[in-house]
Amino acid sequence: MPRDIYTEFANTGLGRSLTKNLGLPQPAKLRRHRPGRALVEGPVVVLGSSEASAALAERMLGWDLDVRRHIGPKEKVAAVVACFDSVSTPAQLSAVVLELGSLLRQLMPSGRVITVFRDPAGTEDPAVRAARSAVQGLTRSTAHEMRAGGTANGIVLSDSLDASAPGAAGALRFLLSGRSAFVSGQFISVDTVNGALPNDWDLPLDGQVAVVTGAARGIGAAIARVLRRDGASVILVDIPAAGEQLAAVANEVSGTALQLDITAQDAGERILAHAAQHHGRLDIVVHNAGITRDKLLANMDEARWNSVIAVNIESQLRMNRAFLASALFNADAHGGAGMGPRIVSLASTSGIAGNRGQTNYAASKAGVMGMVAATSAQLASRHGTINAVAPGFIETEMTARMPLATREVARRLNSLNQGGLPVDVAETIAFLASPQAGGTSGLTLRVCGQNLVGA
Amino acid sequence: MSAQNIRDAVIIGGNRIPFARAHTAYATAGNQDMLTSALNGLVARFGLQGEQLGTVAAGAVMKHSKNFNLTRESVLGTPLDPKTPAFDVQMACATGMEAIGSMANKIKLGQIDSAIAGGVDSISDAPIVVTDELRGILMEANRAKTMSQRLKAFAKIRPGHLAPQAPGVNEPRTGLSMGEHMAITAHAWGITRAEQDELALASHKNLAAAYERGFFDDLVTPFKGLNRDNNMRADSTMEKLGKLSPAFGKDLGEDATMTAANSTALTDGASAVLLGSEEWADQHDLPKLANFIDYEEGAVDFVDGAEGLLMAPAYAAARMLRRNNLSFSDFEYLEIHEAFASTVLAQIKAWESEEFCRNKLGLDSALGTIDRSRLNVNGSSLAAGHPFAATGGRIVGSLAKALHGKPGKLGFISVCAAGGQGITAIIEGR
Repeated sequence: MPRDIYTEFANTGLGRSLTKNLGLPQPAKLRRHRPGRALVEGPVVVLGSSEASAALAERMLGWDLDVRRHIGPKEKVAAVVACFDSVSTPAQLSAVVLELGSLLRQLMPSGRVITVFRDPAGTEDPAVRAARSAVQGLTRSTAHEMRAGGTANGIVLSDSLDASAPGAAGALRFLLSGRSAFVSGQFISVDTVNGALPNDWDLPLDGQVAVVTGAARGIGAAIARVLRRDGASVILVDIPAAGEQLAAVANEVSGTALQLDITAQDAGERILAHAAQHHGRLDIVVHNAGITRDKLLANMDEARWNSVIAVNIESQLRMNRAFLASALFNADAHGGAGMGPRIVSLASTSGIAGNRGQTNYAASKAGVMGMVAATSAQLASRHGTINAVAPGFIETEMTARMPLATREVARRLNSLNQGGLPVDVAETIAFLASPQAGGTSGLTLRVCGQNLVGA
Repeated sequence: MSAQNIRDAVIIGGNRIPFARAHTAYATAGNQDMLTSALNGLVARFGLQGEQLGTVAAGAVMKHSKNFNLTRESVLGTPLDPKTPAFDVQMACATGMEAIGSMANKIKLGQIDSAIAGGVDSISDAPIVVTDELRGILMEANRAKTMSQRLKAFAKIRPGHLAPQAPGVNEPRTGLSMGEHMAITAHAWGITRAEQDELALASHKNLAAAYERGFFDDLVTPFKGLNRDNNMRADSTMEKLGKLSPAFGKDLGEDATMTAANSTALTDGASAVLLGSEEWADQHDLPKLANFIDYEEGAVDFVDGAEGLLMAPAYAAARMLRRNNLSFSDFEYLEIHEAFASTVLAQIKAWESEEFCRNKLGLDSALGTIDRSRLNVNGSSLAAGHPFAATGGRIVGSLAKALHGKPGKLGFISVCAAGGQGITAIIEGR
């Protein structure tokens, strides 16, 4: 993995004073999840007097957190949960917003701001919708103002959903934790009461069987490691030519290596057969495998266009048809306790913002987002979910090949002033694949440090 | 022990690294690297991390003295439970088959429930032996108690002592290379150049086609950037093969038929096969591709020329088929390893020969004919290459996969070996 020398320097004593005096970006060392480590390392302040604020405060007390309604002016704060779920006019925002603002300077490094509000699309009342939409704007802007590795994100509850639903607790815990280190300015919507909270928060995927495509290196290998760490048995898939690295990662995570080209017509069936043979079940599918064949559209040839579409989206559509047709891919059927099967696809911020020279790649990744939104309904009947994760600039072998200046700009172009790590993408995928994320489906979640554009 | 106590030995799957022509992709890898890699790929394919297996048996023909515990050291380099015992086998080119056959027998007898068997060979990392004179001086220096004694010993070294002795592939008792031996046999059996070139071409075409349809996706794990056997020539033609001049039996003049293309190249590589009892495979949710039914070793007296060096499998096959009451027509697939194309052709002619079968094998009639459409259908040593001890694992892994899903269908294996030896075997699909 390439070294981010600027960030290393900026975190030395000299580097800190120099970057501060010169007004340069100050990328902080992000707090990341380690099993056994405290969820947050200080008090959590809950703002607002709504139904959600009571439910979430009670939930956090159950996690043995130091939950406060008020806090002294000198005390340090690990996180602020600002509840706006009962606002019905923009004017009603101010009380909570101003209190939130007064606490920002007290936030510890890698601090968290989490707003909670109702889905703007859930109402036709202009004033109510304005108030709800306003929370999105204030959350995104707060994220831009966060310092020292801090992030701000929102939880969007559907109108009728009780805030004590497992999905709300799952999203809250993810956003509080170091698992969401590189997620900022984003919203996790929780729409249903589906899902379940794990017995052991360090092993939320205990007993589950996951398949990860493109698992031989980079983000795919990181996904396999995190799923394993969270308790899953992992089937690692990659093309036969990547078999040596695939075997090494499989042996590291005590998984099984399946050498397979996912563009094969029967790739889904072969994955199902492997899962049936070795585990008798399949609960989680992570469509990570993808390729880039960058070229300006004016110079785009058929092979470049077709191969990217075939690998990045057509193969996923074909495999999903096989998975959804199989009784094996139905976690509820084998004692999943309301868990339901999970699919997580890799999209990209390129698919959101577009990127020069990436019409094929951006098309395929935008396609993934569309596919995820549409497939959500098909999984609902078995309490399953499908979501996408859109990484921004991540430090991988692929981005290491970028020209130095382009790479350096891309790294600093987000609110955290640094590139993310493969593990950051993997953590978000593991969250979306977990029982506690059962209320979230059809979503594309960016892991980009609030990148300004697609990278 | 009564026959009822014999249980099935199941072939669960195989793994090998791509085979590489000597001094190419694996020039800097040693036997232990390659065997470890083949084992690691097998462990990853079947999720055997942390498993304590019954035994691991493997070996190499060209082996450094420092690799005295090659297989055990390789096992220690894998995520297998270090409490898994391992030992080295050596029976020239039949090493891999002997390792597989003997492990299958242990499973059949209930002595162990699981095993890995295979082999490795590196020509590129062959042990260099010093001259006997130099070795004598070095040992004398080693025994020396004082510096002056040691210097006195070293002073005896002469330039001529320093020439390294390349490892011989010549037969020690005849001084002839294996190719020269085979040239004699091929000539005696009247094997033509065209027949040999056809067999070589079929090997390349069949191997390339098998790769293309993904047959090796779950049999081969890349190593050191090599994805496929680099000896394979998918674009080979009879015209191209016909242009090569003879490499062996040159003293036969016009009658010399053996070329570099219809003889197997010196190769580096490693292979491994996972075996288990039926219960063990079921308990571990592992596939059951085939049963290892039987195997037979053979040897011939080649020193005085009474029989061809590589003809031992002809004899072993006859005994094995009689014991199992089978004939060649009972087999769905036949895997006959070619040290040389002419080896296979000479064996086939011998089995088809009434005279040979009566006089040499003691049978009433010819052993039978081989249906060429069932012979080496997924490629063979001529195209894949032949890292001596690794060939058995390659064949058993591929044949077991080919027979999987064909319950009761049989596969025949024949592997010739240096020293006038050979092994034949039978496996059954399930």
